Amino acid sequence: MTLDLLLTHYNYWVVIFLMMVGFYILISRGNLIKKIVGLNVFQTSVFMLYISLGKITEGTPPILVDGYGDADVVYSNPLPHVLILTAIVVGIATTSVGLALAVRIKEAYGTLEEDEITGIEAGIEPAGEAGG
Amino acid sequence: MLLTLLAATGFALLRIRNLFAVVMLAGVYSLLSAGLFTVMDAVDVAFTEAAVGAGISTVLFLGALALCGHHESKPGHTPLLPLFVVCLTGAALVYGTMDMPGFGEASNPVHHHVADHYLEESYGEIGIPNVVTSVLASYRGYDTMGETTVVFAAAVGVMILLVGGARARRARGGGEEG
Repeated sequence: MTLDLLLTHYNYWVVIFLMMVGFYILISRGNLIKKIVGLNVFQTSVFMLYISLGKITEGTPPILVDGYGDADVVYSNPLPHVLILTAIVVGIATTSVGLALAVRIKEAYGTLEEDEITGIEAGIEPAGEAGG
Repeated sequence: MLLTLLAATGFALLRIRNLFAVVMLAGVYSLLSAGLFTVMDAVDVAFTEAAVGAGISTVLFLGALALCGHHESKPGHTPLLPLFVVCLTGAALVYGTMDMPGFGEASNPVHHHVADHYLEESYGEIGIPNVVTSVLASYRGYDTMGETTVVFAAAVGVMILLVGGARARRARGGGEEG
């Protein structure tokens, strides 16, 4: 029973492990670029979860052989693939905006470390310096 | 197995502090996941992931690194609280998977809503053998249009941020001279 569960759920668990690695990088590392890498790892693990949901054992890619005549051809589920195609492109969009923000923050503060930025902010606020 | 390799890469990503190596490893990670997608029959997704995840995003990261320098300083605070939060979330998610149907069974509920319709009817209705393409471009065309809008908005955002930054710098430089 336990071994059975391990075999059928191995995919999901590795995906969860990767997701948690990404999450951990995201919340524990101070460097903004490292945070974005963590966010990417998190994203990709969600993609893998969806694709593993769409997989059917012994299935083939959902490209029709002669217009779906054969009953004995099993296709994997195309719907998660479509959703993930969209998600990948949206993911690269968020990544690029995040990186652009990081570049601007580096220009404005001279650092990408979260705690240093907080320190600079705390030092700047009383002097009334306007941010970019 | 690919998944185990991926887990190892993820762990290395966590440990390494040189950001250049991290970005390269992230590329490796993307490429491995593209391989995994191929194994799991998602060939279109694998293409996109290899091109976008391993290609474009690596280039973007390298560009950002060239502008920002690539050393990460040691995290100042203790990692115990994040570790605790992560373990808790992970445990909750694993508990959640206990109710999920097993991997790859054809009787899973995901496979029997609109997916059947797409597989059986789409050739007659759209006439494209690749079901992913016909769903993407026709049945869920609005999704794709929304996606294009998001990409456009992101491109505009990036341009505003970077061009605005250059302009602010020039204005500041001019102010100091005058």
